[in-house]
Amino acid sequence: MAINLDITEAPTRETRLGSITGYSGTLKDLVARTGCGASIKNGDRTFSQASSCSSGCAQTLLAGIVDAAVVNHAPIGCAGDTVYHNIANQYGRFYREWGNKNIQLVNTNMEEQDTVFGGTEKLREGIREAFRRFAPKAIFVTTSCASGIIGDDIKGVISELTDEVPVPVIQVSCEGFRSKVWASGFDAAFHAILTGIVKPPVRKRPELVNMVNFRGSARAYIARLFGELGLVPRFVVPFATVEELATVSEAAVTATVCTTLGSYFGTALEENYGVPYVKAIPPHGVAGIEAWLRGIGAAVGKESEVEALIDKERAATDADLAELRRRFKGKRAVLGMGPSYAQSYLGVLEELGIEVLHAASWHYDPRYDYGEQPPAIVRAASRENDITFSVGDQQLYEITNTLSRLKPDLYFSRHPGSSVWAAKLGITAVPVIDEYTAFGHRGLVNFGWRIVDALTNRNFVTKLADRVKLPYSGWWYGQDPYAFLDQEAV
Amino acid sequence: MAGVIEQIRNVCALGALQSVVAIERAIPIIHAGPGCGQKLWSGLSNGNGFQGAGYVGGHSVPCTNATEQEVVFGGEEKLRETVANTLKVMDGDLFVILTGCTSDIVGDDVGEVARSFRSSGAPVVYVETGGFKGDNYFGHELLWDALIDQFLEPAGKAEPGLVNLFSVLPYQDPYWTGTLHTIAGLLRSIGLIPNVIYGPGEGVASLRKVPKAQFNLLLSPWVGLKTVQRLEEKFGTPYLHYPTLPIGATETGKFLRAVGVQAGIPSETVEEAIRREEARYYYYVERSADLLFETRFLPGHFVTVADSFYALGLTKFLINDLGLIPEVQFVTEAVPEQYRPLIDAEFARFDEGLVSPVHYGADGGTVRDELARRTFRERPLILGSSWDRVTARKLNGYPLSVAMPVSDRLVLSRTYAGYEGALRLTEDIYSVILSSFQ
Repeated sequence: MAINLDITEAPTRETRLGSITGYSGTLKDLVARTGCGASIKNGDRTFSQASSCSSGCAQTLLAGIVDAAVVNHAPIGCAGDTVYHNIANQYGRFYREWGNKNIQLVNTNMEEQDTVFGGTEKLREGIREAFRRFAPKAIFVTTSCASGIIGDDIKGVISELTDEVPVPVIQVSCEGFRSKVWASGFDAAFHAILTGIVKPPVRKRPELVNMVNFRGSARAYIARLFGELGLVPRFVVPFATVEELATVSEAAVTATVCTTLGSYFGTALEENYGVPYVKAIPPHGVAGIEAWLRGIGAAVGKESEVEALIDKERAATDADLAELRRRFKGKRAVLGMGPSYAQSYLGVLEELGIEVLHAASWHYDPRYDYGEQPPAIVRAASRENDITFSVGDQQLYEITNTLSRLKPDLYFSRHPGSSVWAAKLGITAVPVIDEYTAFGHRGLVNFGWRIVDALTNRNFVTKLADRVKLPYSGWWYGQDPYAFLDQEAV
Repeated sequence: MAGVIEQIRNVCALGALQSVVAIERAIPIIHAGPGCGQKLWSGLSNGNGFQGAGYVGGHSVPCTNATEQEVVFGGEEKLRETVANTLKVMDGDLFVILTGCTSDIVGDDVGEVARSFRSSGAPVVYVETGGFKGDNYFGHELLWDALIDQFLEPAGKAEPGLVNLFSVLPYQDPYWTGTLHTIAGLLRSIGLIPNVIYGPGEGVASLRKVPKAQFNLLLSPWVGLKTVQRLEEKFGTPYLHYPTLPIGATETGKFLRAVGVQAGIPSETVEEAIRREEARYYYYVERSADLLFETRFLPGHFVTVADSFYALGLTKFLINDLGLIPEVQFVTEAVPEQYRPLIDAEFARFDEGLVSPVHYGADGGTVRDELARRTFRERPLILGSSWDRVTARKLNGYPLSVAMPVSDRLVLSRTYAGYEGALRLTEDIYSVILSSFQ
C-alpha cells in the first residue's frame, strides 16, 4: 500500500507494516512466517522493562536540523532525551568545525491545569517563543502521551498562528503510548518533513544522493566513494538545513545506512517524486557495501564504475580481512540490535568468521513500505545453518538470561543502555554506537581490529564482573529466557 | 502558569524513580508509557555526569510500557501482572511503583494494586508521579510521603547520635554521592552516627532505620522540609533545617556548630573538629593565594545557574571565602511561593554586607537573555550546566559545569561540599581559567 501523504499522521508500524516486538524462535522460522502471504501475531509479555518511545526517535532527527526549531508539547520529562540530543549535536558540530551551539527546542511544560483545561494556550506560547527565539525556517510540534490523551487540537492552534508565524509549522504525532515500536517515531518525523517541508522538484540534480543517516561520521569516506561515481552525498536529517530537506525531491537517488531509519522516507520519495530508493541490504561489511553500491549504480546508470570501485576497495582490504578471520577462528557471539543492524550484522560477523549463536532484534518489520521483506534477513536466512532469534523491545532480563546460558565470547549491541549489562556478566561487549561502524570494506576491517583490541585486554570486564551483581533473582536464571512471552507455538 | 522551557535543567515528577534507584536494593516499577524510563534516565543520569544505570536503572527498570490498550481500557491489570512478575524476576528488598501521565490521566487505581501486594506481605509501595504534576523535586517529596505512609514503621526508642541525612537530590545533582559521603564524614567528625540512605551503603536497611534517629538533618534550602515535618508528626523525630549546602570553611564551620547545638554535643568537641579541619584546609588555601594574588588569571564577576542547593551554596563560598563578586544568580527548580522569602533572605546576607540579585525559573532562554543585556568588564565565571557553556563562550567567560545537565564531565565521587570539596572547586575553577589559553 502506498504511503499516504494526505493525512496528518503516519500510521504506526504495527498498523502499516504488521511490525512486532515479541517473538522467540529461529531466524528461518521468522522469515517463513513473515513471507509472502504469511502473517505473524505479536507476542505480548506479562513482564517487561523500560523500553523507548516514538517521541525520542522523532526528536533526535528533528532537533538536528540546523535552522529548524522543535516545540515539544509535553510535560518537562518528555524533554529528558534532549540532553543526549544536544551531546550528539555538539559532537557533530565539533567534527564539522561549525562552532558551539545548542539545539533549538522548547518544551511547553504542561502542568496539571493543562490536562484539565487543555494545553493549547501553552502550545501557542511555545510556537511563538520558538519563532521569536530562534528565527527558524520551520517549526516541528512533537506531541506526547499527555497532549494526546487530553486531545489538544494541535492542528487548530497551528492554523490560527499562520499569519503570526510565517514559516511552516508542522505537527509530528509521536505519542509514546501509540506504538511499541520506537522506530514509528522516525516515520512520524519523516512524515512531517514530507508533508510540510519537501517541495516538488524545480530541476533534477543527477549527481545528488540523499544519504539518510544519523550523525554522518563517515562523510569523508562516502564523499570519496561517491566521488568516484560522479555523485555527491547530501546527509539528512541531522545537520541538514530546511532548504536542503525541501529539495530532496531533486536528487537522483535515495540511499540509507539503516533501513529501519530510511525506508519510509525513501519509499515516499520514490512514490511521490520518482527518486529511486536503493532497496539493497544495508552497507555494512563486504556483501552489504557491494550490494548497496550496485543498487546506487543501477539507479544512476554507473554500473561499470561501481564494479571498478568495488575491485579497488576489495584489493585494499582483502589481506586484513584474511588476517582477521584467522584471529577470530572459534569465537562465538550474541548480538542485540535494532532490526536493520541485527540483520546486516549477521552478515558482517559471518564475513569476519565470528559464529553468531543468537540474535535479538529490538523489533521486526515483516515488510517495508514498498511491500517486500527486509532483504538482509532474507539473505541471512538463506544460509544453511539456522540460529535462534528473538524479537523484544530491549528486554534486558531476556538478554541477560540468554547471555548467561550461551556464555559467548562477544556481545555486539546497539542502543545506549544495553552492552554494559553484558560487560557486568564478564562478556566482552562491543557496542555499535556509530551508524557507520563496519561501513564498507574499510569500515569492516577497522571494526575487526577494534574487536581484536576488545578481546586482547579483558581486564576491565573480568574484574568488574567479579564484583558486581545483576538485579535478577536466582529463580529467573533457571527459567526459559522467554518464559514471559505469550506467543503462538513455534 | 509557568512558561515554556528551553534547555531543561530538571525533569518531571516521575524523575523520582532515580531517587529509588539511589537506594540500594530498592527497585522502581514504572507504570507509564514505554519511553519515560529511557528519557528520564538519559537526562538525569547518562547525560548528567555519566552516572550510569547502577544496580537497577536504565532499561533494567520494570515498566508496564503502557499502550493504547491501557489508555483506553485502564492499566490496573497490566500493572498487577507486572508487579507480580517483578517480585519473581527482580532481586530487591523494596519495590516502588511510580506512575506516569498515562496512568494518572486515565485514573488507574494504583493504590489498590499496591495495597493488595502489601497485604500479602510484599514490600510494595506506590506514588503517583504523573509528569504534569510537577518537577522531580516535587516528585522526590511525593516519594517520601509514600515511603513514610506506606513503608516506615515506628521504631520505639530513638538511637542516640543517629542522624538521618536529607539533602541534595540523587542523580539530579551529579555530585550527590560524594556530597552525601562528605557530609556524613563531617557528622562523624563531631561524634554523630549519620544515616545515609542513598548511594553505596546499606540501602533499604538504612531506610528502615529512619524512624529510630535522634533527629533529622535537612541540609537544603526548602526541598524536603515537608518530609522532615511529616517525620516529626508521625514518629516525633525533631529536625534541624540548615538551608545552605556548606562549601568552604565559613559555611562548614557554621554548619557544624548548628548541628552541634541541635545534637547537644559539647562545643569544645565541635570547635576541636573545626580547628583540625581548618588547619589542613588553610594549608592549601595559603598555597592558592599566590595564584590568586600574583597572576593576571582571575575571573570577573560570577554567575551561577543551578538549583537552590547549589546557587546558594556556591554563592556563599565564592563571596564569603573566595572573595569574588556576584553578578546575578539563577535558581532553576520550581520553588513554591512560600519558600521564596527564605531563599531571598539568604541571598541578601553575605559577609561584608554583600547581596546578590536572584532570578527564579528553569528557562535557559531567559538566562541567555538576562546575561546578554549585562555588561561584564572582565571575563565572567559562569557556574551552570553544559547548556550554559555556549552562552559563556559568547560572553568570553569561564564556564564550569556544576548543575544538571553536566554532559561535559564524568562524575564519580567528586563533591564540592565541606572543606575538601571547596578545595576541589577552587582547583576546578582555576584550572578552567588556566587551561583556557594554553
